[in-house]
Amino acid sequence: MLGQLAGCGRAQLQPAGPISGDELKILLDSVVIMLAIVVPTILTTLGVAWWYRSSNRRARRQPDFVYSGRVELVVWSIPALVVVFLGGIAWISSHDLDPAQPLRSKTAPLDVQVVSLDWKWLFIYPKLGIASINRLVVPAGVPLHLVLTSASVWNVFWVPQLGSMLYCMNGMAGTLYLEADRPGVYRGESAMISGDGFADMHFDTDAVPQGQFDAWVASTRGTGPALNDAAYRDLLRQSVPPHPYTYSSVRPGLFADIVMQKLPPGDGPTGGIPGVHPVGLK
Amino acid sequence: MTLFGKLTWQAIPWQEPLPLFSGLGVVIILLAVVAWVVMKGYLPYLWREWITSVDHKRIGVMYCILAGVMLLRGFIDAIMMRTQQVMAYHAPGFLPPSHFDQVFSAHGTIMIFFVAMPFVIGLMNVIVPLQLGVRDVAFPTWNSVSFWLTAAGALLVNLSLVIGEFDRTGWLPYPPLSELRYSPGVGVDYYCWALQISGIGTLVTGINFVTTILKLRAPGMHYTRMPMFCWTALASNLLIVASFPVLTATLAMLLLDRYVGFHFFTNTGGGNSMMFMNLIWAWGHPEVYILVLPAFGIFSEVVSTFSGKPLFGYRSMIYATMAICIISFMVWLHHFFTMGAGADVNAIFGIASMIIAVPTGVKIFNWLFTMYGGYVRYSVPMLWAIGFIVTFAIGGMTGVLLAVPPADFQLHNSVFLVAHFHNVIIGAVVFGVFAGYTYWFPKAFGFTLDERLGKWAFWLWLIGFWVAWGPGYVVGLEGMTRRLDHYDVAEWHPWLVVAEWGVLIILLGIVAQIAQIVVSVRTRERRRDVTGDPWDGRNLEWATASPPPIFNFAVLPDVTDEEPYWGMKARAREIGQLTRPEPEYHPLHMPRNTPTGFVTACLAVVTGFALIWHIWWLVLLGLAGSYATFVVFAWRDHDEILIPVEEVARLDRANRAARSAALQHRQLRRESQRESAE
Amino acid sequence: MSAPGTALRTGRDPYHIGHAPAAGVPEYTGHGAGGPSPKRIVVGYGFWIFILSDVILFSCFFATYTVLIQARNGGPGPREIFDLHTTAIETACLLLSSFACGMTSLAVARHNLLWTEITLALTGLLGLTFLGLEAHEFVGLVARGDGPTRSAFLTSFFALVGCHGVHVSGGILWLGTMMAQFPAKGFKESIRHRYLCFSLFWHALDIIWIGIFTVVYLIGMITP
Repeated sequence: MLGQLAGCGRAQLQPAGPISGDELKILLDSVVIMLAIVVPTILTTLGVAWWYRSSNRRARRQPDFVYSGRVELVVWSIPALVVVFLGGIAWISSHDLDPAQPLRSKTAPLDVQVVSLDWKWLFIYPKLGIASINRLVVPAGVPLHLVLTSASVWNVFWVPQLGSMLYCMNGMAGTLYLEADRPGVYRGESAMISGDGFADMHFDTDAVPQGQFDAWVASTRGTGPALNDAAYRDLLRQSVPPHPYTYSSVRPGLFADIVMQKLPPGDGPTGGIPGVHPVGLK
Repeated sequence: MTLFGKLTWQAIPWQEPLPLFSGLGVVIILLAVVAWVVMKGYLPYLWREWITSVDHKRIGVMYCILAGVMLLRGFIDAIMMRTQQVMAYHAPGFLPPSHFDQVFSAHGTIMIFFVAMPFVIGLMNVIVPLQLGVRDVAFPTWNSVSFWLTAAGALLVNLSLVIGEFDRTGWLPYPPLSELRYSPGVGVDYYCWALQISGIGTLVTGINFVTTILKLRAPGMHYTRMPMFCWTALASNLLIVASFPVLTATLAMLLLDRYVGFHFFTNTGGGNSMMFMNLIWAWGHPEVYILVLPAFGIFSEVVSTFSGKPLFGYRSMIYATMAICIISFMVWLHHFFTMGAGADVNAIFGIASMIIAVPTGVKIFNWLFTMYGGYVRYSVPMLWAIGFIVTFAIGGMTGVLLAVPPADFQLHNSVFLVAHFHNVIIGAVVFGVFAGYTYWFPKAFGFTLDERLGKWAFWLWLIGFWVAWGPGYVVGLEGMTRRLDHYDVAEWHPWLVVAEWGVLIILLGIVAQIAQIVVSVRTRERRRDVTGDPWDGRNLEWATASPPPIFNFAVLPDVTDEEPYWGMKARAREIGQLTRPEPEYHPLHMPRNTPTGFVTACLAVVTGFALIWHIWWLVLLGLAGSYATFVVFAWRDHDEILIPVEEVARLDRANRAARSAALQHRQLRRESQRESAE
Repeated sequence: MSAPGTALRTGRDPYHIGHAPAAGVPEYTGHGAGGPSPKRIVVGYGFWIFILSDVILFSCFFATYTVLIQARNGGPGPREIFDLHTTAIETACLLLSSFACGMTSLAVARHNLLWTEITLALTGLLGLTFLGLEAHEFVGLVARGDGPTRSAFLTSFFALVGCHGVHVSGGILWLGTMMAQFPAKGFKESIRHRYLCFSLFWHALDIIWIGIFTVVYLIGMITP
């Protein structure tokens, strides 16, 4: 069955990082524990309903069997014990997999600042001075320290093969640690309706070897527009870019100004006419 | 400021054929129905007996009819969504995003507020006073007001199809998207005002039923002698009273932001959109228990009746019900684990959400043990009950899975989540109200429904549901998020095609249900319920005629034990005749019918519409009219009608005669069986 | 109505509500097993449940207020906008109006139309004074540019106190209607039940005001 599952779309069931790997383990463990209760319950229900059908002469009828202390004890304890067990798993795993908790790694994390806009993703590499629209390039095997915010309405940053999703909210900076174990292209999306162009907010996360990443950074610095305040204000307008592209430089402190609302949030639909028909379906 | 506020001819979707023609179609059908009613001369009867009725049985039936009609509307939305997602692989589909977003928002809003709630409330309305052995609810006129306000909300939501637009933010309008800046149209306003209006109706229902169940019961009916359906109705209505004010307050805050520029949830000015999440889900989670607890109650009634046994573990069921009621207020954060509250907070709410699975599991086991040792009859309501146990067990399991925060970090807002809540809502609430209306139909109308078509409906719904939503779990685990109007992932497409087939199978199930009603009405004489007890029932509703007289009971029953009717019946069967001699009849006072509810609702529609379109003078008129309606009602001198003693006697004697005849017939049959055995 | 097995006690009135049941009728025990409760109990109970739901409505606004109290958007905080003298007079008005309302209950119990009307008018006047002072406070703040659109703190302040004010206004409308109903309809049962509900409503609003006075005004004055 796992083989069949492995064939299913590249997502939660094909983890490519430590976070998604741990989360899949918890998912499967929890399902197995619960199936141990649910399957017998369903089978017993069907069995009892069939055996005690009114036409069955062999069934022993007990019209006064309306209370049994022993049955009550078992019936309350089984779910309670399962819940205690799962509750323990929930407590421990919630702490181990807290999105804001740094990953255990010998490598220093790479800082990426994520801004969700209407309707695209802006990825800023503050220490490298570059930015990217709708394509997140990261070195494989290096922990990522993501800080998330939104330029307008809520979105949710989600790359299923890498792990946990987290809300992007204007005026707030959420911390999310993820890592890509191995090189590959991992699909990302927004997991919260944010308007008419929301379905186009998918992006690719390119995990590449460190050398290739450094080369990409160097070439990005060479060409492309600068992300200054004017360019950012352009981004605030509701639109769907047809292709990913990059910025060769980023005004320092841009992200902090977005979070602190020194750069005000987006204005929404212009002229009061909501909606932009998506451009550039791939 | 024009005379008609923001309303212009542009509000009608001239350029958009889909809403334009569907709206036109609905208007034509409505006019045709109204014309038929008027021409056949049914209007005076409808006005006198239904529209102005304050009889809980009539009001309950109207709630169920409203729910059924809105189920068709919500289901059409579902077909549109499935079809769009089948077509929109590497293509735009037939619905632009602005429409698709309205369709899924309307689908959710209608299904929760105008199908599930009215259905559940309708069944409680018809049955709870009968089961409690009394003549009506505590506040009959308020009951009528509640129903008509719910209908008013439903009307407003449907008006948005042809005049203006509906909201595009989902069935819960999260800010900042739902704020004026990002949703400048009237859609969110339609949503908010429709729900504020129907919310008042629901809150009043809650007050009505809590008072009825706690203060109006037959003599001798201690709390621990109440039927299980009444206990679950009590828990559900306590939840309504405690949670609906939160919805009212939260929507009021959003409306203040949108209308007057307040800063509750705005991005600027210091607003806090996370506050909306907390408030709305503090209402939202109890809401789903408001829906599911009465469904559990229905299943308790159905399983015990069709197993021929009392409910197993009655007191344990009470504890479980009240535990669910209380814990449902402590789990709301599990709807936004991914908002980043931190590990401690997430873990606590996750564990609380699992704890609520314990009493739920207890209930399932108690139903199982009710069947154990009984005589299980596979009538249609029992089929729904068995289908529910199987379906809901799986849905509940996925719920407990989602309650583990790290699992939720990978499943939140995905189609897996959507599959989970459809699993539990359809599996429990929808199957429950279907079991309920089949079970209690003869009580309300005097004849049973056709069994064969009922069984077709059940199997089509059960199979259709799994074909439609099984793929949901798969595609959710393939990373598909919800509410996508188009996508480019190849792996998702075949599953979405399967889901479309599932929806079409469910459509056949709905066709079977409609056919069942039509055929049953046509052939009703064959299945007349003469005695009032077609299923060999156990609780007091089966002690009345089918349908019951307006006063329910000529003499309130004396309750001496649990399952009072079963006790009476067992004694009567022993001695072969009715246990009590003909009682001393008295004339009875019953509350007088009044158009107050209907008029209030009309004014609510006008006022709501005026608020949505900023037609301020009309708002003032509407509010003034509502006040005037209240004053006119408060000024009436006669608020009761007297049912003469001859009428009471005639109706009761007819039922007693039918039951005596049935008892004697049964006695004769047993004697002849004994003779032929010798 | 007698039947074997049903415990019947006759003629007692354990809760001293003046409704001693007739002989042969099951006792009203307060736990619902004596049959349907009398109408006055049912009406009062139902209205209490409504008041509880209203308290929950207010608690949402209270919660939002405490969450947003520091969201000043560069504008004033509680210390800069509250005038405790006005608040004290408002509180006195409401407390006295509750007292007047209590007097009305006594007059209604005695079926005394004159005193019912006088004490109701007094209740209404005190309520209107309260509303007038509150409106004056609000208008003053808006004129200074510190209205509800200035910041989330001011939004939540205006909403919480305003919600209470809207309830008081509704109460005064109700009061006026009752002042017209008593002369028109006399003291029949349904009118007295309606008045019972009004007085519960009015007293509950007073209790909510104590909460507002404490949480918003008093604690606000010591909040940075």
